[in-house]
Amino acid sequence: MIRSEILKEIAPVLRNELVVCNIGIPSQELHAIDDQPTNFYMLGTMGLASSIGLGLALAQPKPVIVIDGDGSILTNLGTLPTIGNNAPGNYILMIIDNGSYGSTGDQPTYTSQRTDLAGMARAAGCARVVEVQDKDTGPALEEALASSEATVLVVKCDSGNAKMPVITMDPVVIRDRFMKAVAG
Amino acid sequence: MMSIDQRIADDLAANGVSFVTTVPCKQLAGVIEEIDRRGDIFHIPSNKEDEGMGLCAGAWMGGKRPAIIMQNTAIGVTINTLATLIQYYRMPLPMIISYRGELREPVACQVEMAVHTKALLAQLNIPTYHFHWQKDVEELDNILKYTFMCNKPVAILTDANFWGGYGDQ
Repeated sequence: MIRSEILKEIAPVLRNELVVCNIGIPSQELHAIDDQPTNFYMLGTMGLASSIGLGLALAQPKPVIVIDGDGSILTNLGTLPTIGNNAPGNYILMIIDNGSYGSTGDQPTYTSQRTDLAGMARAAGCARVVEVQDKDTGPALEEALASSEATVLVVKCDSGNAKMPVITMDPVVIRDRFMKAVAG
Repeated sequence: MMSIDQRIADDLAANGVSFVTTVPCKQLAGVIEEIDRRGDIFHIPSNKEDEGMGLCAGAWMGGKRPAIIMQNTAIGVTINTLATLIQYYRMPLPMIISYRGELREPVACQVEMAVHTKALLAQLNIPTYHFHWQKDVEELDNILKYTFMCNKPVAILTDANFWGGYGDQ
């Protein structure tokens, strides 16, 4: 499975939760599959989805699901120790690990070679780290929500992108409707 | 007598700032310690300043008023984050910045980023205040109110003279 197929499958779970979605094609795919006010789309700033989600989870009690990628985690690796030492029980970091920089032309990342993100998350102090294959994402995500424990979920899947339109919504509109959904 | 560190933490708390992330600097050690000690401000250290700005963005969307405390070298690290996250989504972010490489600085390399600091902030249209004398701290309360009024990142540069001559120690 590729990322967009996973997102389609888990859309009914994501719909009810606060979601912070990674820059580029992941946000375009989520936006096209199931746009919700509870989705925060990153339009720039590669690497910070996990940090934005962590700040959000620490600031309020609703569950927060971050949809991140292997390339973005590798660009902000300092996030893993911060998560490992601070993440509250309402924080779920789902890393769609397709071993490539999808938005820039599927160049391979180091997770397609020797680098193991689940191992790195454990070494950084993350207590609940789960690695699954693409087809098992839905149940693993529901388990993470039910566990009420901070979870790093590494989803191994195939490299590839669905052709989706660019998000043209104004960033302040995305942010404002998201904040209303957070407070609502 | 109240220390400058206490004064800064008090002003943050009085303006509702309850979420502070820091990347340390020798000049900032006292204020970081003060923030760590207080129950009314949550302190989460960052490993890099752009990561810290991500945390602040999330905390603000979650209903908390954030602030970041960092060195001016971080301006070189965070330009993309300031432009495409904090400014693009129009978010408030007070940045209390240790202004290394200014008068009374003992480490020559610090001057290399000091000479770019105000130019970079000006290029980004970031409102910038420079605390040089201890009495300049009296502006902090107004600067914080201004930041949360206009929803912009705002820089408060605090040099060695302000901190009582860290460089001479």
